[in-house]
Amino acid sequence: MNARDAILARIKEALRTPAPPAGARDHDSGHPPTGAPSRDFSRFLPAVGDSFEDRIQSFRAAAAELKADFRLFETQEQALASLRQLSAEEKWQRLGSHRGALTDAACEILRLPVVQTDQAYDVAALEACDAGLSECDALVAQTGSVVVSSRSAGGRALSVLPPHHVVLARRDQLVPDLPQALAMIQKKYGDHYPSMISFITGPSRTGDIERILVLGAHGPKKLTIFCF
Amino acid sequence: MARIMKITLFIPCFVDSFYPQVGISMVRILERLGHRVEFPEDLTCCGQPGFNSGCWTEARLVAEKVLRRLRDTEVVVIASGSCGAMVKNYYPELFAGTPLEKDARALSARTYEFSQFLVDRLGVTDVGACFNARVTYHDGCHSLREMNIRDAPRRLLAQVKGLELVEMKQVVCCGFGGTFSAKFPMISTAMGEVKCASAAETGADYIVSSDSSCLMHIQGLLDRQGKTMRTIHLAELLARS
Amino acid sequence: MNTSAHQFHEQATRLSHDLRHRALIQTALEKYEVKRDEKKAVFQDWQGARQRAAEIKWEAVNHLDAYLVDFARKLEGRGTKVHWAENGEQAREIIVGIARAKGARALIKSKSMTSEEIHLNESLEQSGVSVVESDLGEYIVQLRGEAPYHIVFPAMHLTRDEISDLFTRKLGTPPTKSPEELTMIARRVLRQKYIQADIGLTGANFAVAETGMISITENEGNSRLTSALPKTMITLLGIEKIVPQLADLALFLPMLATVGAGQLISGYNTLYGGPRQPGEFDGPEEFHVVLLDNQRTVLMSDPEQRDALHCIRCGACLNACPVYRNIGGHTYGTAYSGPIGSVITPHLRGLLEWKHLSYASSLCGACTEACPVQVQLHHHLLQNRRNVNRQKPVWWEKLAFRAFAVLANSPGLWRLAQKAGRLAQKAHPLIKGGALDPARPWTQSRDLPPLAKETFRDYWRKRR
Repeated sequence: MNARDAILARIKEALRTPAPPAGARDHDSGHPPTGAPSRDFSRFLPAVGDSFEDRIQSFRAAAAELKADFRLFETQEQALASLRQLSAEEKWQRLGSHRGALTDAACEILRLPVVQTDQAYDVAALEACDAGLSECDALVAQTGSVVVSSRSAGGRALSVLPPHHVVLARRDQLVPDLPQALAMIQKKYGDHYPSMISFITGPSRTGDIERILVLGAHGPKKLTIFCF
Repeated sequence: MARIMKITLFIPCFVDSFYPQVGISMVRILERLGHRVEFPEDLTCCGQPGFNSGCWTEARLVAEKVLRRLRDTEVVVIASGSCGAMVKNYYPELFAGTPLEKDARALSARTYEFSQFLVDRLGVTDVGACFNARVTYHDGCHSLREMNIRDAPRRLLAQVKGLELVEMKQVVCCGFGGTFSAKFPMISTAMGEVKCASAAETGADYIVSSDSSCLMHIQGLLDRQGKTMRTIHLAELLARS
Repeated sequence: MNTSAHQFHEQATRLSHDLRHRALIQTALEKYEVKRDEKKAVFQDWQGARQRAAEIKWEAVNHLDAYLVDFARKLEGRGTKVHWAENGEQAREIIVGIARAKGARALIKSKSMTSEEIHLNESLEQSGVSVVESDLGEYIVQLRGEAPYHIVFPAMHLTRDEISDLFTRKLGTPPTKSPEELTMIARRVLRQKYIQADIGLTGANFAVAETGMISITENEGNSRLTSALPKTMITLLGIEKIVPQLADLALFLPMLATVGAGQLISGYNTLYGGPRQPGEFDGPEEFHVVLLDNQRTVLMSDPEQRDALHCIRCGACLNACPVYRNIGGHTYGTAYSGPIGSVITPHLRGLLEWKHLSYASSLCGACTEACPVQVQLHHHLLQNRRNVNRQKPVWWEKLAFRAFAVLANSPGLWRLAQKAGRLAQKAHPLIKGGALDPARPWTQSRDLPPLAKETFRDYWRKRR
């Protein structure tokens, strides 16, 4: 019998004796165990408002808590102007990016050499970039997260290797909460998922040394989100 | 005002032997409230030491007697959250699958810890007590997490004339844990030291609790360290006027 | 007392007296507690969330065979190679085998407690593959040649000065008091390791059966890099990591972050379903998932304690445990420390050898209260004690409790014992605290109250 069959057989055997239902003796919860658990989590999770303004507020606050820089604009032109200013401030010389409606427009405005990661590329070249520009699948108001995938954001490394990750997002990409973000992903990709989907909240961070917060542990030190 | 009840007191082994004042105080308070107090003299221990050591057969020898003896009671009030939890929460488990399981569940339903009984069952928060001191309250873990008692003792203390209650910053185990205190004395002591330091931070003169076992451990440490802070059981404090 | 128990007693004694350690851990945990409580309060219904999370994990574990089959099939459909390992030895063989087949010399790891459990690093090193831990805390303890101190914060026990000294000794970097500078040193060193590594090895926090994905939670981004740059990726995970649906992560990710780190969500929560797909130009060309049993099915076959497999390895019980914060993570001597470690280690590595962990607890219940998936932790500690007694009773303890029962059930003998005790107590000061003192475990650090001259029984009798 191979290992797979042996393990599955042991599980089957173990499960012949039923276990008590979940929360059977916990006195804290005060909720009686139900049958098959519903996946309606919204009433447990932090509340998110109904209006766009409420949701943007939520996003802004949650993102700020994890040190992301969120910038909201009325138009794409304003956003790109701000991006160009950021580029000048940060003295960017080389960028990583991928092709897309928003990233193409951004790269054109910035006029810097670009390592395109949605084609064969050199990792060392990407490592030497000052910033990585990407689009995203969604912004999640509840948690201040940016959802990227290896299909929507130029592969796996672009959003994590360069020291500054810049996200370009449209207003209509804002989803209220995690349950809806996951549902959206399932709907968008059907059964043909990208090999990587990531919920990014803030730049890279660590508290491993005396619980003191340090940004840029391995991933980007900065995360800037341009939304318009 | 509640009708006159027949209240059966269960006095834990260490209250009988070390802190009889706790039991005496309970009798006084309950009688002052107009109730009849009964005490089965042949019951000494709830069986928790054996139970917690995993010797359930031996624990049953003790617990069975308690169960049978307390069959015809109206209500059982226990002077400790730890023994209260044993009878209320763990007797059903100890007797699960035995002919006594039903009795255990029935007894559980009519068992109370003292402060819980006063506040939740009798609806009494003012027992006419007077105690001029600053005190802090230690929640025994069984009281807190097994019997879900948090407010009752505080509501009682709030009505005590002259008393100032200051809360400790942390709610944490004192480190007694029954036989744990003897099997792992170094850990037990370290935990107790943290508790004493936490209490000292409040500037209180007294540590109050509804668990004399916790207080025995805490006072034992305070005395060895030569500290002036004292411990007092909630019932004793409430009996003062 | 066996070796493990003996070592435990020794180390616990040492750490219990170590006031510097006590203060350090207290401070670290205080900061965490404030943030954790803040985030719990933001949930609309934290207790409801716990109950629902417990139910979902119950569903997963109690249908685990079906979910594992789904999980593996979905992964394989996207080109992932799925391996099954009955025990640590098989898992090590599989992973070393992959490394050999790829001619790998360098492997970079992101955090995996499961790899600690099976002592993977040693096997890899022995077969000629250098292993570097990329998580900052893990990297630090790796340099020190130590096991992780805590499942979420491996270097919680170290000060910045100790880390600075370590880096100076091992990396030749100048000393610094700045955690930022220390982190940047590690960042610089590790950057090259990601790029040069032949294999990236990760653990997993969750395994989504419905879509065939593993989910990794982190803050540093080291796992993102481990999964992006090397040509081969291996993920090692215990079979109990299954969650049935992708939607379930909406509950588990924020709960994990809240009690694990005091954040509403962690910095990076990433789903991996396969090697690079057509149209993707980075990511591993080969992706291997190794599913590990290693006695989890033994734990599963105990229906009373099966819920211990619901554990999402968040560390909440460690943080809540007053025993843990006084003796520290290393004292347990196991991959999994704290209350969860005390509960499961006897099942994973032998009840009689590891029973002492179940006794080293005041059963305060803080762990059970803290657990986001309602594992009945302190009840399991008690059940372990009972199981020890069933399997191999300690005869003198049984005798002592039997004798106590006789005493307790006989009012006459009880009174006699109390009188004898009072007499003995008069003589006690002569031997108190010394080698002859039968109450020494108590009296070496605490005073005993005097036995009452008039017991409650005496008082009651007088009343009659």
